[in-house]
Amino acid sequence: MIATWPCPGPDGGTASEYALVLEGAGEARVLIVPALFDEGNRLRRYTVETMRALQRLRIGSVVIDLPGSNESLTPLSCVSREDWTRAVSAAVAHFGATHALAIRGGALVCGGAGVPLLTYAPVAGAAILRQMVRMRVLSAREAGREEKAAELMAEGRTQGIVLAGYALGPALVRGLEGAEPCDGRTIAQADIGGPGLWLRAEAGEDAGQSAALAGLVAEECRS
Amino acid sequence: MSLDTDQILRQIIADVLGLPRERVVEFDGATGLFGHLPELDSMSVAGLLTEMEDRLGFIIDDDEVDGELLETYGSLLAFARAKQG
Repeated sequence: MIATWPCPGPDGGTASEYALVLEGAGEARVLIVPALFDEGNRLRRYTVETMRALQRLRIGSVVIDLPGSNESLTPLSCVSREDWTRAVSAAVAHFGATHALAIRGGALVCGGAGVPLLTYAPVAGAAILRQMVRMRVLSAREAGREEKAAELMAEGRTQGIVLAGYALGPALVRGLEGAEPCDGRTIAQADIGGPGLWLRAEAGEDAGQSAALAGLVAEECRS
Repeated sequence: MSLDTDQILRQIIADVLGLPRERVVEFDGATGLFGHLPELDSMSVAGLLTEMEDRLGFIIDDDEVDGELLETYGSLLAFARAKQG
């Protein structure tokens, strides 16, 4: 089911953001904070497959759009990491989530979740930025232009920067640069088995991996 | 027993490019990479290099990335071994 929820916006107002809700049969409801940027796209199918697997285990789940991502009308360039943290906190309250599952970079914005947190293959903000800067440097080089990673990051911190098609504002660059995953029970890719699907250039899904992840989340919900 | 650089590098290539294990095991030093594997485009090169940094424990400077580095499996493996010292 498609739902909308009131999300605190960067300007102090409230924006309506999108969420996908799959109902469960018990009290447990897991708020899923998706992976960031391109990883979020590549893991979208896997994320929704995991929600379906949770539903088969009678556990409800909600995956939200962070402001500036996916269907959101908020410009990404206006968003900071703090905005995303506030958004997660508001979504937990709005949907009555009992647990949160952060995927990859989603774990960087769960500081205000206020419910037991699971982090799946969490990644530091600096690593996400490094990968995106590298993509930009390599594609510039293919086009015959030379760009330096350090100079791009310096520009990003002060003026914002477009990386892999995402217009990141200076506040988001600075906020992500030193961000470490929030504390929670960590599910490593080795606990799931197989290669991480965020590595793939093309979006993918893997029923076995979704079922394994849902099983570990369900275990936490029942403990 | 810990995996050696060769095995880890083959695993990284299989994981990042989504290639079957059997295919990657058959790579030899002369197997062409960039321009030969359609799965390896400039976007996946970035992912491949970052994954090499994470799993092999070194940092790759952008200046070190040139056409020769990804020409063959042998050149990439030699680079990884040299970085590891």
